[in-house]
Amino acid sequence: MNARDLELLTALCAERAGLRVDPERGYLAENRLGAVARREGFGAIDELFDAIRHRDEERLIWAVVEAMWPAETGFFRDPEVFELIAQRLLPQLAAAAGKTRPLRLWAAACGGGQEVYSLAMLLAEQPPAGAFELFGTDLCERRLEKGQSGLYSQFEVQRGLSAHRLVRHFEGVEGGFSLSPRLRQSVRWRRANLTEDLGRLGQLDLVVCRDLLSALTPMARERALANLTGAMAPGAYLVLGREEAAAGLAPTPGLPGCFTRAAAERVAA
Amino acid sequence: MKVCLVVDDSRVIRKVARRILEDLGFEVAEAADGAEALGWCRTITPHVILLDWMMPGMDGLAFLRELRASPGGEAPRVVFCSGENDLERIREALAAGADEYIMKPFDGDIVASKLAMAGAL
Repeated sequence: MNARDLELLTALCAERAGLRVDPERGYLAENRLGAVARREGFGAIDELFDAIRHRDEERLIWAVVEAMWPAETGFFRDPEVFELIAQRLLPQLAAAAGKTRPLRLWAAACGGGQEVYSLAMLLAEQPPAGAFELFGTDLCERRLEKGQSGLYSQFEVQRGLSAHRLVRHFEGVEGGFSLSPRLRQSVRWRRANLTEDLGRLGQLDLVVCRDLLSALTPMARERALANLTGAMAPGAYLVLGREEAAAGLAPTPGLPGCFTRAAAERVAA
Repeated sequence: MKVCLVVDDSRVIRKVARRILEDLGFEVAEAADGAEALGWCRTITPHVILLDWMMPGMDGLAFLRELRASPGGEAPRVVFCSGENDLERIREALAAGADEYIMKPFDGDIVASKLAMAGAL
């Protein structure tokens, strides 16, 4: 990939999605964009970028930006985190919600569905007393479609999913495995750009957004974190990646990457 | 050192599995069918057994049932590793006492993650 195209790519990613392109990892871009170029009928990546320069076509620009968007492809990625969500966060949040209001959960940047469906499985396995609403959002249309389909290859269902969960929640179909309609229908899908207004999602009790903030430019990271924080109901938890920090939020002792709104703010809310 | 018994009639699969398991810190023993595997289990108690299903002679499921019915046979973690990917058959394997199930083809990541789920790492 030539320097001029990489520069354009970096600018487009930052401008449209607040995504940081690591110049040291040009090979990664090349790998992903090669597939986009082929899909869009170009012979090579430089032809794809020439087309973007000359046509300024939104669809092509987003195809490129979305291809660079981080993709997490495992179920129950980092099992300890899901263990803690299941053992500590969900019971506490469900008890607080009681039967009077729905428990509201959100997997932001849930990619091809694995993250949000992992939450859906936990909720099916230990159902809260009252109703719940589970949202899955991502920036990338193609991955949202994949998530909504609930279809996974044999390779994908062996990434983090136990055999017990596989036989409990999936059925075998031509070419792979299909998540049960009940679980599929328990998720409400939205396309969401975390750096833009998220008001329509309302207030949530659990927000899971792991290892995305660290992929953003500093400015976008700040905006996204402000938006995520703004979506937290009083008493809500925000689960980030283990190594990620959230300025202005209070870390939860014993739960790396897990935050609540700072005490002062909680009282005010 | 923890022992993993690899039961598969294919020498190639045993070799691939051995390499992965040794990298994960296991000492590896090999058997080519269920009867040979039972012989091993009478002399050593493997920590974990990586078990093919379809084998000439005693197949994986018959081996597993016999193992679980024998004294001390509940101890080893058993992870099936088979080309069989029909969920009904996988349910049958779990019901017979398998702890985890790998569908072939597999790679090192899948083996490591399934062994972890089976509590064998």
